[in-house]
Amino acid sequence: MIWFAVGLIVIAAVAWGFRFAGQAATRQAPYFRDMPFGVAYGYILAVVALVWLVWAYVQGHSADPLVANKFFFLRIAVEGFIICATVAWLFRLAGRSIGTAWSRKMFRAMPLTAAFGILMILIYAFVAIFAPWLAPYGQEQIIPGVAANIVPGGDPALGGDPAFPFGTDQIGRDILSRLIYGAQNTVGIAFATTLLAFFLGGTFGFLAATLGGWLDQVLSRAVDVLMAIPSLIFALLLMTIASVWAPRVGIPLTVFMVLIIAVIDSTRVFRLARAVGQNIVVMDYIEAAKLRGEGMGYLVFKEILPNATAPLLAEFGLRFCFVFLTIAALSFLGVGIQPPLADWGTMVRDLGSFVNYAQFAPLAATAPLLAAGAIAMLTVAVNFVVDWMLQRSSGLKE
Amino acid sequence: MGSVLKIILQRLALGILTLLIVSVVIFGAVNLLPGDFAESILGQGATPEAVASIRRDLGLDQPLITRYFDWLGGVVQGDLGTSFAQANFASFTGTTSGATTVAAQIAPRFANTMFLAAVTAVIAVPFAIILGVLAALYRNSVFDRAANIFTLTSISSPEFFLAYILILFLAVLNPIFPSLSNIYSGMAFSERLEKSMLPALVLTLVVTAHMMRMTRAAIINLLASPYIEMARLKGLSPMRVIVRHALPNALAPIINVIAINLAYLITGVVVVEVVFVYPGIGQLFVDSVKIRDIPVVQACCLIFAAAYILLNLTADIMSILSNPRMRHPK
Repeated sequence: MIWFAVGLIVIAAVAWGFRFAGQAATRQAPYFRDMPFGVAYGYILAVVALVWLVWAYVQGHSADPLVANKFFFLRIAVEGFIICATVAWLFRLAGRSIGTAWSRKMFRAMPLTAAFGILMILIYAFVAIFAPWLAPYGQEQIIPGVAANIVPGGDPALGGDPAFPFGTDQIGRDILSRLIYGAQNTVGIAFATTLLAFFLGGTFGFLAATLGGWLDQVLSRAVDVLMAIPSLIFALLLMTIASVWAPRVGIPLTVFMVLIIAVIDSTRVFRLARAVGQNIVVMDYIEAAKLRGEGMGYLVFKEILPNATAPLLAEFGLRFCFVFLTIAALSFLGVGIQPPLADWGTMVRDLGSFVNYAQFAPLAATAPLLAAGAIAMLTVAVNFVVDWMLQRSSGLKE
Repeated sequence: MGSVLKIILQRLALGILTLLIVSVVIFGAVNLLPGDFAESILGQGATPEAVASIRRDLGLDQPLITRYFDWLGGVVQGDLGTSFAQANFASFTGTTSGATTVAAQIAPRFANTMFLAAVTAVIAVPFAIILGVLAALYRNSVFDRAANIFTLTSISSPEFFLAYILILFLAVLNPIFPSLSNIYSGMAFSERLEKSMLPALVLTLVVTAHMMRMTRAAIINLLASPYIEMARLKGLSPMRVIVRHALPNALAPIINVIAINLAYLITGVVVVEVVFVYPGIGQLFVDSVKIRDIPVVQACCLIFAAAYILLNLTADIMSILSNPRMRHPK
């Protein structure tokens, strides 16, 4: 703690010196003359952080296994970051030169984060759709003659097995296959849930906006009450009840989960759809359509929906993230997607304790992080894309 | 000032009404359960007499509405009922010692959760505001973009991912903080603080990101106003323009965001408490959900909802107080 404070003070001194040297060397160039101390401090801090990162990265290749283990994860993170950035850059480069004029123009103005997001979403979609062909083993398959808890990495000297590059779990199932199937189960279920939530929330929201009156009042008050209960808590409460009903009715618990989360999340969609719808309903072209004698269905689907697409699409991305994270959290707590279906949240819970071996067997500790990272990567990717879309549509330049 | 008081009282009444309806929803939802606790603890071979006797003991033979008002009346007086699991345990062992009432079970854990939330708030709120001001000051610079990527990443990562990452780096590889928060009563404050540091840091990461982005947005929104232009033309430094001129006027939305994020904190603790085995109300809730200890589930739900409504209400009142235009609705 003391060394930390001393370091900050030393950086402050160096920053002052840096600015002074810059002023002296460039004969008071405006850039250095008007530089606030905070900016100079920031530059030096960034340089120190970069130097430390490079040092840590070199340490990660150290011959002493204890030192190398300590910096193993930083090494992987640095390499991962560089690979991700490069791939995203290449993807954007490809997008700029291949495709229609429209898509090329879109890629030209795209930040690297958004390109990364789009690429990731495409990869996840591909893996989710073609999971059965990509996975080397079945998701529930306990491979005969194969030990449990094989360490990821595929290096026999460290307890790995080249046939199982990501290792096996505590009862001998291939983790790579389960990760791939997890894409299908977790992402697929979350996607279906979001679609259902949008269908419910959107329909009722637009109905409330167009019809108004008592229907609007009843729906809005009901939504107010549902939104007053924190969503994860309410989901847990309802899942408790569903877990009792599921075996009696003979419907899998997962179906209940989809319904419960869809209903809870549709309240948020309802709010947005109603607000957007109310702004559209007062437009002249709606009045014209009403005077033409168009029916309710035509009004909602042909007049309101096309004009509400942009905000709803951005909301769809965000809502998907929320639903996906809620499902992951429920599964992590043990009441979500049920085994033997492979699912990332459950995998994190089952493999979580391996993190504690990181000091001596860093490869073993990567197993839970792979599953958790798979969840994080997708939500981060979707958020990057949504952030870019929102910024583009609102024209926020400053 | 009279009209302000009236508006606040109105909001308060509305909040209590919401809470009442929420309690009906929770109670109704719980009573959708098929069978009852008496059947489920006695199993399939239960004699009807045994089931009836347990039902009588727990008051399950009363009609639904009576039970609701009994429960509500108890809640108002601070009596949240008897924990099924504990009552069951007591009837087996024949002792009545220990915490059999839900209130006695919840009280210490509630204090623990509040402690965790308080620690998080103390770290997160200043941190978020400073970062937000800096990001607004150096907007569109490398720093701003890096902060944007960092906050987006931490908002969108699941809590348990952040928790395991922090455990990995701060508990296993560099043993700075303990990875298990085994807190008990009578612990010294410094030790308690150290043990709850990791969960608090995880929550800080989650909450800071959102607060920082909103602070930045609120300040940047103001930067286009004429009086900021004036301050700039007077030759004030950018830092002074933001801290003295923009920040006070941006406080209303910022306070609003802080209140909403604290509300999130109360509920976001569930996953974090489970990861760190922190003895808070969130963990109790998850455990009770798993063993279907209905009175505890009901009580926890009600407490979470009450905290959530209260903080949202605070946000509402704050924004009315700070914005004169909202005091006189059209």
